[in-house]
Amino acid sequence: MSSAAVHSTHHGHDDHHHHEEYSYTGTPNKKIMMWAFLASDCMFFGTLISTYIIYHGKSLAAPYPVEVLDIPVTTASSFVLLMSSLLMALTVAAINRDDLKKFRLWIFLTCVFGLIFLGFQSFEFTEFYHQGLRIQTNLFGSTFFTMTGTHGLHVALGVLWLASWWIYSFFGDMRGKAIDIEVTGLYWHFVDIVWIVIFTVIYLVEFVGVGA
Amino acid sequence: MATHTDVVSTPKLAPDLAEPGMLGPRPTATHGVWSWLTTIDHKRIGIMYAVAALFFIVLGGIEALLMRVQLAVPNNNFIVGDLFNQMFTMHGTTMIFLGVMPLTSAFFNYVVPLQIGARDVAFPRLNAFSLWVFIAGAVFINMSWFLGGAPNGAWVGYPPITSVQFNVGHNSDFWAIGLITLGVASVAASLNFFTTIVNMRAPGMTLMRMPVFVWMTIITNVLILLAFPPITIALLQLIMDRTFGAAFFDYNKGGMPIMWQHWFWVFGHPEVYILILPPMGIVSEILPTFSRKPLFGYPLIVFSGAFIGFMGFAVWSHHMFTTGMGVVAVLAFSVTTSIIAVPTGVKIFNWLGTIWGGNLRMETPMLYALSFIAMFSIGGFSGIMHSAAATDFQQHDTYFIVAHFHYVLIGGAISGLLGGICYWYPKVTGRILGEKLGVPAFWLFFFGFNATFFPMHIVGLNGMPRRIYTYDSAMGFDKWNLFISASAFVLAFSFLLFFINMYWSYKHGEIAGNDPWDGRTLEWSIPSPPPVYNFAVTPTVTHLDDFWHKKQTGQAAPESDGQLIHMPLPSYYPLISGVGMFIMSMGMVYLRDHLVVATVASVIGFLVLLFSIYGWAMEGPGAEYLDPNKKTGAYN
Repeated sequence: MSSAAVHSTHHGHDDHHHHEEYSYTGTPNKKIMMWAFLASDCMFFGTLISTYIIYHGKSLAAPYPVEVLDIPVTTASSFVLLMSSLLMALTVAAINRDDLKKFRLWIFLTCVFGLIFLGFQSFEFTEFYHQGLRIQTNLFGSTFFTMTGTHGLHVALGVLWLASWWIYSFFGDMRGKAIDIEVTGLYWHFVDIVWIVIFTVIYLVEFVGVGA
Repeated sequence: MATHTDVVSTPKLAPDLAEPGMLGPRPTATHGVWSWLTTIDHKRIGIMYAVAALFFIVLGGIEALLMRVQLAVPNNNFIVGDLFNQMFTMHGTTMIFLGVMPLTSAFFNYVVPLQIGARDVAFPRLNAFSLWVFIAGAVFINMSWFLGGAPNGAWVGYPPITSVQFNVGHNSDFWAIGLITLGVASVAASLNFFTTIVNMRAPGMTLMRMPVFVWMTIITNVLILLAFPPITIALLQLIMDRTFGAAFFDYNKGGMPIMWQHWFWVFGHPEVYILILPPMGIVSEILPTFSRKPLFGYPLIVFSGAFIGFMGFAVWSHHMFTTGMGVVAVLAFSVTTSIIAVPTGVKIFNWLGTIWGGNLRMETPMLYALSFIAMFSIGGFSGIMHSAAATDFQQHDTYFIVAHFHYVLIGGAISGLLGGICYWYPKVTGRILGEKLGVPAFWLFFFGFNATFFPMHIVGLNGMPRRIYTYDSAMGFDKWNLFISASAFVLAFSFLLFFINMYWSYKHGEIAGNDPWDGRTLEWSIPSPPPVYNFAVTPTVTHLDDFWHKKQTGQAAPESDGQLIHMPLPSYYPLISGVGMFIMSMGMVYLRDHLVVATVASVIGFLVLLFSIYGWAMEGPGAEYLDPNKKTGAYN
């Protein structure tokens, strides 16, 4: 995705879409758009998280959060997700150095860590299902599955995006793509940061017994 | 001459492959239907937005007229019960999401890049994506008429009215899923316009040299970015309730239907400003041009617009005064609602200051702009009346409210938008929109509108409730309702004249030339209609109202020195994405009935979308080089 360049006026077939694009601020369009999208995404998660907090402790039927939440297991999966952010940072650093080998390694591991997190989440969802917590059981079930499900969808799309870059790097041209990787990274970090808030609101709040 | 930036040599990176993995050929049509379906030119996309929006305004207008026929006489049975509910729901939904918003979007598309001196928007293919997803959502939501009944829970869709227990059909499913699809289109477009305005301005166009319309566009798009997520999540929660039996708005499971109202209005009130700020921008362009004076108090108008946008998020509960929120909440929202009237008043006085002492030219754009000020003021005054909670209790859910928001949305938004059509029609078509038919069409609009909606204040204060399909003769509403219904047809006729005028002028109108109004902003410095690349030479901006300043100081527009202009290529994928979204939405409606079949349909739709995203990414924007000294590339 690129813009209609305002300035660049060049002949020939040597254009490998790497020509410098005009931008008023000097920041690439893609980056500005991603930041704007993340602002919008904050409101998406803000709405989900607010709904969870407002409905906290208002479920009329069991199972209640304290009965099903497994804090140690989710702490482990949260740790994995946060470490994937570190790997993402290494990925961006590698592509900025034009170090394609390291780039492939780190982006692959970022995907793997994302997948591990998703694995934990499917395990948790299955476990809750067996303990009788469904989306229609009570308010906890509705809010929990909708919020963490939306987050999981974000992670899954992020993994798909990263994996696409990993595969692309074997047959495609990675020159000039550092900005794209950086934008992908912005998204990935955001999804991780949101998880910190969700983890606090769902799990830690239960652990310290607020409102329980 | 070529200012090509050399690629840093990076031998460690992947081998040099030309166009790796294109999933299909690029479109080649330069004329005919396919050139429109695959275009990424912001001007063509703007025209398509406008045509679609005007079509849906006619559709929403027909729905309104059918309701007015029903309400013309007491105890009528032309359209009753659920069908009437479907009419007012679809009238509101259509006018807001399929009419006024896309029409503002048409102006964003066509005008903003021209006013900031850009060759296109920041992401031309994403722009086409927004258009086609909007079309997909609009068609989808109207498919409900043929598939068991249109949405019937009002444009606000309050549960439990829209809960599955009380609304068994798929009416509300079409509504909720359709609005999410339309939201995707709006958010994508907003990301694009935000980036475009931040990043694609011509050199020298600082923020405080931007035309007011560009300012109002960026504020509106920030509002869309921040206001659409709450409604999207609320709609998702409603879908969860309806499809999977979740508890969000189910009182039996502890859910609170009032929560929906909060989420809806957290979106719904900024939405009001999303509808009115762009017309305010248009009016701020028309008034100085037709008063032959600079805009009075430019910075105040800009900051008032920004303040309105900010405060727009702090007034939502004034839609809910009668729900029993408690004294503190009612008081707080009463105060914030009163505060938001201040920047609006500031703008009105600035517009009056612009006209004051001006050399006024009363052509149609000016007539509509003046109508905007007058009618929007009346709508604003009745709005201030609502901010007083005690009186609002009397007015809530009566025709007084209907009168209020139609003054804001027709007298205000539609007036401004029709004025905008008259103002920029010469730029788009190269011909002036005829005055002979245009002036009578305006006066019919003005009187038809006032005759339709002013009496609603009276019947409303006398207690006539809205969204009720009939009334008894003994209530004393008969005469006014007959008058209102008759006037509605006058209003409708004025639109017919306007459209006839558009068609006639397109064929026979006076040739406009570059600058028919002696304009102030950059779009008037280029040919009408503009060439595909807009500006042969990127302008350098030194002043507010730069083109006006250059004309006054005798600076000629720069001539092309023959440098080729780089433009991106058309693409099939935005259109395919729209098709994918449509299939996906259709599948989701029927999840409740046929889980497997519906899931398969949704997944197919998603795969179509995914295919087009990959095709899109792999093909890249492409490039063609146009010579501004030849006619090639200018298709209009």
